Formats: sequence, structure tokens, C-alpha cells
Amino acid sequence: MTTRQRIGLRVRVDPVACDAYGYCAELLPERVTLDEWGYPIVDGTPVAGGLVALATRAAAECPRRAVLLEQVLVSR
Amino acid sequence: MSAMTLDANDRLLTVPPRARSATDLTPDLAGHLATHGALAVPTRDDAAWTAAVWRAVSESGLLGRGGAGFPAAVKWDAVRSGGRRPMVVVNAMEGEPASAKDKVLLAYSPHLVLDGADVAAAAVGASDIVICVTDDNGPTAASVTAAVAERARAGMAHRRISVERPPGRYVSGEESALVAWLNNRRALPSLRIDKSVPLAVGRRPVLVHNAETLSQVALIARHGPEWFRRLGTPEAPGSTLVTVSGAVRSPGVLEVELGTPVGDIVRRAGLEGALSGLLLGGYGGAWLDPSHLSTPYAPGPLAAAGATMGVGIMVALPVTSCGIAETARIVRYMAGESAGQCGPCVFGLPAIADDLEQLAVGRAGADVLERIEVRAAVVDGRGGCRHPDGVVRLARTALAVFADDALAHGRGRPCAGHRAPSVLALPAATTRDRWAS
Repeated sequence: MTTRQRIGLRVRVDPVACDAYGYCAELLPERVTLDEWGYPIVDGTPVAGGLVALATRAAAECPRRAVLLEQVLVSR
Repeated sequence: MSAMTLDANDRLLTVPPRARSATDLTPDLAGHLATHGALAVPTRDDAAWTAAVWRAVSESGLLGRGGAGFPAAVKWDAVRSGGRRPMVVVNAMEGEPASAKDKVLLAYSPHLVLDGADVAAAAVGASDIVICVTDDNGPTAASVTAAVAERARAGMAHRRISVERPPGRYVSGEESALVAWLNNRRALPSLRIDKSVPLAVGRRPVLVHNAETLSQVALIARHGPEWFRRLGTPEAPGSTLVTVSGAVRSPGVLEVELGTPVGDIVRRAGLEGALSGLLLGGYGGAWLDPSHLSTPYAPGPLAAAGATMGVGIMVALPVTSCGIAETARIVRYMAGESAGQCGPCVFGLPAIADDLEQLAVGRAGADVLERIEVRAAVVDGRGGCRHPDGVVRLARTALAVFADDALAHGRGRPCAGHRAPSVLALPAATTRDRWAS
């Protein structure tokens, strides 16, 4: 039996670039929460479907360009 | 002495440090060659020699001695795949305050380290060797510089070789920080998403090895992988250098066989009295419970005991000292040594230091132990480099090894030892920006 796969995105943060603007947690609370100092804690579970657009937006709107997206294959 | 007995006894520290006087530190190329034997390194690309030495280092199973324990041969593979001529960097920064092994090695056997750098350079096709010694370590720089000059006079300098002096900060010896410095940037670590991509100076790939690792390469190139594997364990072969301090009669650098029970090593240094804990690895290392002194000194068994070899430091804490207070001081120092780049490190480490200091004097609230655990978990793995991870491990293992003490301190009853003078050496606080020197 073959499992069907599609492209998903894994969110990462470059902690050197990050300055705790917090936009990522606003845009993608499904994967990003903030620690007590306002820095993002990222859940590395790949996003797929409707969340892809939000993850892409979180990466695009980070003022420090610290949100990184990695393409990964995810099973349906 | 026959060649056979020479080989069998040929180790990094063939001359015990205390057998030589402090004034007898001039490098001695003739003595070096008499002790370790001659070593022929080709001056031009030599495919047969390269294949042989590559195989020897690979089969030796040599693990890096700079803290991460990464297989040396895998590093060679990463730089050789690039198109441009690589550069070899000898990392003799030794920013760990309780470590002296690289200083001792470069004081007593600089030619062994230089031999290893030469072998690595020839193997990966590098034309340049750069030796990095901190700007506040004059004696090591002088010893290395004298040894380099001596080789030039003897006609043994076949590659460009230079000594660089990056700032002496805890994290400036981390390899990405070192390479940043060599690229004329500040000596700060960077986030490396894919570690199989080699670091580069300009566009040239860089092979960074710890000084001790290269001295092992020099012996493997002479005697072969089977010789190297006669000591140690199958997973962690050979001998290694450890720096023992604290409650021992003879603090200093020892060469030990990997796999030796940890307790045997501390006893060799003259353990005095009972221990409350043993600091292993470094100030970003781990506390080991005295009940685990039979643990073999090798990465796998130490990891199973929650500890790490790191750069080979061992500090024996006497029962008269307080592990919580000692840890609080180290964590405060390490927080100050953060490169200051990543939020979890910049804010998390001082917060954990605050918690530990309050705990040490018995003035923290009842929830402090839980708060330290939560903050440790939040900070762990969230820096661009491993600096915060090591500090967090130290704090967590302190709460585990000194658990009874931690509970008493948490209830407002600190042990008498919290007023004892510090056993763990701490460098004076740096008051200016020391990243750019």
C-alpha cells in the first residue's frame, strides 16, 4: 500500500536574527507560542493545507526575516 | 629502545609535565622526533599517501577532543568535497576556565600538534594552516610561534602557517565564532542550519580541529589505526587528556585511557576525602553523582549517566562546599559569557542565575525548584549555538545531584557550605566589549 504524500512546511526560527517582534505567534498560533521574554517557541510539526498560507505570511512579515520555512513531505 | 617499545608507549604526554621545569619550555624539534619518530608528510598532492592517511584516521575511530566528540574523518570528508583549496584551523582557544589540556600540550609538545595540522592539511589539500590562540594567552602563543620558527629553520615548513589571536571569551572558540573572526567579523557564533556544509573563510572551506585532536592525528599517522585502537573502547578509542582540579592533591593534566572508570582518574590525581559531586565536561557540562564514579570515561556511558566528556575537565567538589552555591556562581559567569545574540540565552540564563542565587542563600520561594526546571526546559535548544544548552544541563544536573541540599535550601535552610570559598575557578569579569578585541 502506498501512502499519498504532499508538500508541507516546517517552521523554524533563526534565534540570532529574532528580536521578539512576536508577529509569528500572532499569525500562526497553531505552531508558535511566546516564552516569558517574548521570544518564539516553535512546534516543528509540519504545517499543511490551510496553514501553509499563514506560515508563508508569518515568514514574509517577520521584520527580522527570522522565520524560516523548510519544505518537507507529509503523509495525508 | 626498539621501535616496538617506542610505539607501544608513544602517547601525547610522554614527558610528564612535572618532570620538566618551568624554564624548560623551549620547543625541541630534535627531542620531539627522538620521542615520537620521524613523520614524512608529502609537500605536493600525493594520492597514495592521502588515501592511506585518510583510511588510517577513518579506521582509528578518532573522535574530536574539542567538546562535541565529532568523528574527525567525517570532518575531513566535508571539506574535501568542495572545489576550492581548504584551510586548516588549529583551535587552541581553550575558553573553558577549568581546562588546561591544550595549554599543556602546546607548552610541552607543540610539534605534535603542528605535525597533526600538517597531516590534515596534506590530506585535504590545504595550503594554509592557521593556529588560533586567545589574545590573553601569551605563553601558549610564544611556544607555538617558537615551534613554527624552528620547523621553518629545519626546512619543514611546506605550507603557509600563521598564529591568530582572537579575543579570549568563553564562546569565541566555538568553531563558527572562530571562523567569523578569521573573516574579519566579530568572534560570535552563528546559527548553522546544515552542519554538513563546511564553514568557510572567504570561499575556502575550513577544517577546524581542536589542538589535542590534531596531536592524536600525528600519532595515528605514525603508528596506524590498530595501534590507536589498542587503548580505549571500540566506540571511543585511544587516550585523552583530562584536567583535574578541586579536592585533589595534584591538580593538573593527565593522559588517560578512554573507558577508565571516572573515579580511578580522580584518584590518580589524589582525591582527598569524600566528594559531594564531580563536575564533568566544562562549565557547560554536568554534575555527576558520587555513586556513579564507576562510570567508564567515554561519551556513551557518560551520556547514559546524564553527563558529558566535553573538553575533559573534572572538578572534585568536597563535601564542605555547597553544590548549589557553586552552580549559581558558574551559571552567573556563563550568563555573562553569552554572545548576546539570542533572546532565550540573553534573558533565560540570567533568570536561571537569579533563581539559583536566591536558592543558594535560602531566600527563594518554595516554587523555585519548579521554576528553574520550567525555565531550563524553555531555554534548552533555543540558541544559535550550544552555549545555553550546556548551562541548562549544568543547572538541571545540580538540582538532581544535590537534590537533598536543594530541598533544604528551598525551605529556607541553606547548608553551611554556601558561605565556603569557591572551589570552581572563575575568571575576573570582563568589563569591556571583548568580542572584537
